[in-house]
Amino acid sequence: MIRRASAWELALVHAALVVATAFALYPVLWVVTLALSSSRVPEPTALPLPTRPSLDNLRAVLGATSSSGAWLFGRQLANSVVVSLATAAAGCLFALPAAYALARFEFVGKRTGVSALLATQMFPTVASAIPLYVILSTLGLLDTRTGLVVCYASTSIPFSVFQLRSAFEAIPRELEEAAMVDGATRLGAFVRVVLPAARPAIAVTFLFSFMSAWNEFILAATLLSREESFTLPVLLSRYVGEHDADWGRFAAGALVVSAPVMALFYLTQRHLVGGLTSGGVKG
Amino acid sequence: MISSEARRRLAACVALLAAWLLSSPASAARPLVLWHAYREGGAEQRALSAILSRFPGGQIEVLAVPFEGYATKLHAAVPRGDGPDVFIDAHERIGDFVARGIVAELPSPEPCASLAESAVRAVTWEGKLVGVPLSQKTLALYLNTAQVPDDPPDLEALFERARPAPGGVILAHASGSAYAHAPFAAAFGAVFLGPDDTFGLATPEGASSIELVAALTRRGLVPEDATPSLVSELFGSGKASAAIGGPWMAGDLRAPPPYRVVPLPRLRATGRPMRPLLTVEAAFLTPRGRDGGAAVALVTWLASEQAAELRARVGRTVTTRATPTSAERTDPFLLAFARAAAEAEPMPSRPAMRLVFEPTDRALRKVLRGDASARDALAEAAHRFDDVRRPLPPRVDATPYVALVGVVLLGLSAVAARRAREAVATGALRRSLPAYGYVAFAAVAVLVLVVAPLVAGAATSFFAGRGDDARFVGLAHYVTILTARGGALLGTGSFYLVLLVTVLWTAANITLHVLLGGALGLLLSRRDLRGKAIYRVLLIVPWAVPSYVTALAWKGMFHRQMGAVNALLALVGVEPVSWFSRFSTAFSANLLTNVWLGFPFFVVVMMGALTSVPDDVLEAAMVDGATRLERLLRVTLPMVRPVLAPAVALGAVWTFNMFNVVFLVSSGDPDGTTDILVSEAYRWAFAREAQLGYAAAYSVLIFALLFVGSRALERRSAS
Repeated sequence: MIRRASAWELALVHAALVVATAFALYPVLWVVTLALSSSRVPEPTALPLPTRPSLDNLRAVLGATSSSGAWLFGRQLANSVVVSLATAAAGCLFALPAAYALARFEFVGKRTGVSALLATQMFPTVASAIPLYVILSTLGLLDTRTGLVVCYASTSIPFSVFQLRSAFEAIPRELEEAAMVDGATRLGAFVRVVLPAARPAIAVTFLFSFMSAWNEFILAATLLSREESFTLPVLLSRYVGEHDADWGRFAAGALVVSAPVMALFYLTQRHLVGGLTSGGVKG
Repeated sequence: MISSEARRRLAACVALLAAWLLSSPASAARPLVLWHAYREGGAEQRALSAILSRFPGGQIEVLAVPFEGYATKLHAAVPRGDGPDVFIDAHERIGDFVARGIVAELPSPEPCASLAESAVRAVTWEGKLVGVPLSQKTLALYLNTAQVPDDPPDLEALFERARPAPGGVILAHASGSAYAHAPFAAAFGAVFLGPDDTFGLATPEGASSIELVAALTRRGLVPEDATPSLVSELFGSGKASAAIGGPWMAGDLRAPPPYRVVPLPRLRATGRPMRPLLTVEAAFLTPRGRDGGAAVALVTWLASEQAAELRARVGRTVTTRATPTSAERTDPFLLAFARAAAEAEPMPSRPAMRLVFEPTDRALRKVLRGDASARDALAEAAHRFDDVRRPLPPRVDATPYVALVGVVLLGLSAVAARRAREAVATGALRRSLPAYGYVAFAAVAVLVLVVAPLVAGAATSFFAGRGDDARFVGLAHYVTILTARGGALLGTGSFYLVLLVTVLWTAANITLHVLLGGALGLLLSRRDLRGKAIYRVLLIVPWAVPSYVTALAWKGMFHRQMGAVNALLALVGVEPVSWFSRFSTAFSANLLTNVWLGFPFFVVVMMGALTSVPDDVLEAAMVDGATRLERLLRVTLPMVRPVLAPAVALGAVWTFNMFNVVFLVSSGDPDGTTDILVSEAYRWAFAREAQLGYAAAYSVLIFALLFVGSRALERRSAS
């Protein structure tokens, strides 16, 4: 029997949580207010609230066009969507069989392979940007969606392997054993029984790979040079350069870019922690 | 099961996606390609579009490349033949461009026939004409007509006569920028690049020029920490009576007060004019462009009289025509800049010039903050300059290294072969075969995408230089790094100092993450708490926001003039803090950002871990008379430790490599002191002469540190 807490103690707990929540929400409020203002620079106020809401900044970001009149934002949005989808798909496709093997089979070289894969995750993304840049430029893939997908896949495949391995481990072996008793092959059991059972975990892995690609900034900023090939993070960071800082547009863009991934994040986050801690992933 | 209809649709979607993804823009008849770095929608870009739309030679493919990465992209693309035919850039890079074979000599001087001789000289390198000058840019003095009615004959007169707005400053000047400082240096007779390509500002005259600006700042005549964007902000809103800016600043002023432009005055103290640096923007032919005649026609058109008229009228820049265009004869703005250009000092085009800026910027900021005397700061800048300019390490015979790698590979394959033999003997290998079928796919992908770049990166660290000058240097980079480039072991920018900062950064972050996340996790796990779900959802918001958005938003919130953090501090009566001018505050700003970013992960981990603490154990402890604190320390914490430990290890690796926050929030300011190892490596790779080999050596060291560190941790937690 746990003792009932006194009322003032509970009030204290609530107070602490409210302060922490305020800390967590303050920058978000700042960005939202700025996005809904019509100015280039933030007002130096302690409590940012949209006093004169305006959609000017949002309109400017969404309606950006290139010098030839093409709808630039739409193009960049498409880049982000395509690159992120392809990255997530590549991650899952390559990782599914491997993760299954790691979860179910004992094989020679398994331990060495897994620890080598873990070790590669410690090589900073920024550092692999240099050889990737050289390799992509040799292949003529700089500034293309394919090139970016190739780079992102180098993170999404290991990530998906670790995520899916723990998902497969959580599925009882009896399921596929029963199928094999009924005459299914190992591969058949994997495709017909294990994959459907793991569908939620696969969805989570897919969405999370999608989100990391959607949010990736530094490789995209390094590898892409044409506005038409930018992904949205590069667009945002360019709004606040040293010579020309338009915080209003940055905030409006941030709102547009973050809202969908935040929604996805809330869909998937409950399933995330276990997989993350079971295999290291680059930040 | 998915229906066959749905499956067909899915397959069609995937095929479409793949087709779009892989489609390359290559086509048979290649149009001319032109690159520029003008801002999208700016006056110069509009002028260029107008000029190109009237080009009689057909369609041009125009690419606007971000200014920050312009040189890097040119370096990478042109030598491989997939760059532009023509590009527009400032003349000061021609030495570098010629050395790299990025520009080609003009087949004839014809396109420059009616251009000003001084401008043509600026694009001539060792007797060869390598570009067609288009426009001239320099700094001039913007004057708010109401606050400064008469043109001041010298700078001192401006300060005596201007009537600034209440709370305003007299002269908005980007005091932390070397480019903007050039006229002050010139007024004292100091130059940026000395004879024999030495760092020219490290003289008593150079020091006096910085001391003057520092004194003006102390007296409140010049704003503190002004970036170019703040300069236009202040002048455009009437909060500065005058501003030093280039022609591009006019485009940034939205609804400015009435103003006029005059050339920079002289300095009464020395009697010399404040001569700014002159940049001549030119169109360059790449080797690819020279081979086809169309590109020559294009540069000729770009320099033609019609094009110059448009450039002056629409782009409002001073052209390079020998006889001024009609707009330049009538527009007082252009007249002022033309006069300023005539008096300005052409920027030296030797490759060393570009390396002057970063150390000079840092020295300026250091003095303006009052952290060092002008003389010391400039001596340090000269040291930095020499450091980046240091000669390449000598060529080394690769044979012993190759032999060593061969021996190691041989040894490894011997071990692998022995293991394989054992496995064959016991039948383990045969049993493993089906598993290999599953793994093969991913293994090949990982080898190609992960391991190959990694190995290539590590191999790069044994090379230096590029092109014809590339050479194998063995361990020279490692030796240089680990001996702190011959300076003090904990000197500015030395590997050990950066490592120390990185370790401090990681330790401070992880401590705060675990304390804050752990405490909140404990609170949220209370049985008697209402509204738990709401708190949880709101508290993990920072985790959901993309980290680069977080970093940039906090950077804005830490802005000295318009940031929310200083506004909050003002509520409790604290003076505005200039966050990025001091190590302690800049580090705290990064730390606060990263704590915000990272604590939700630990809240969630902690809540998950606490579910594994069974109630009966806690009750048993309570029955035994343990106090709350004892129950927390003796029962709860030991039980959550195994779950928390891997999360802490993961968080530590993340933080150690947390590039986004350091790079975007403080950008290493002040003076590169808040840089961590990864951002330092990035700077060596993509700034500072692109010393890829050196940067790669940094990366390998980071990897080694993390690898050894995590192994040690693992062993400790295992025992």
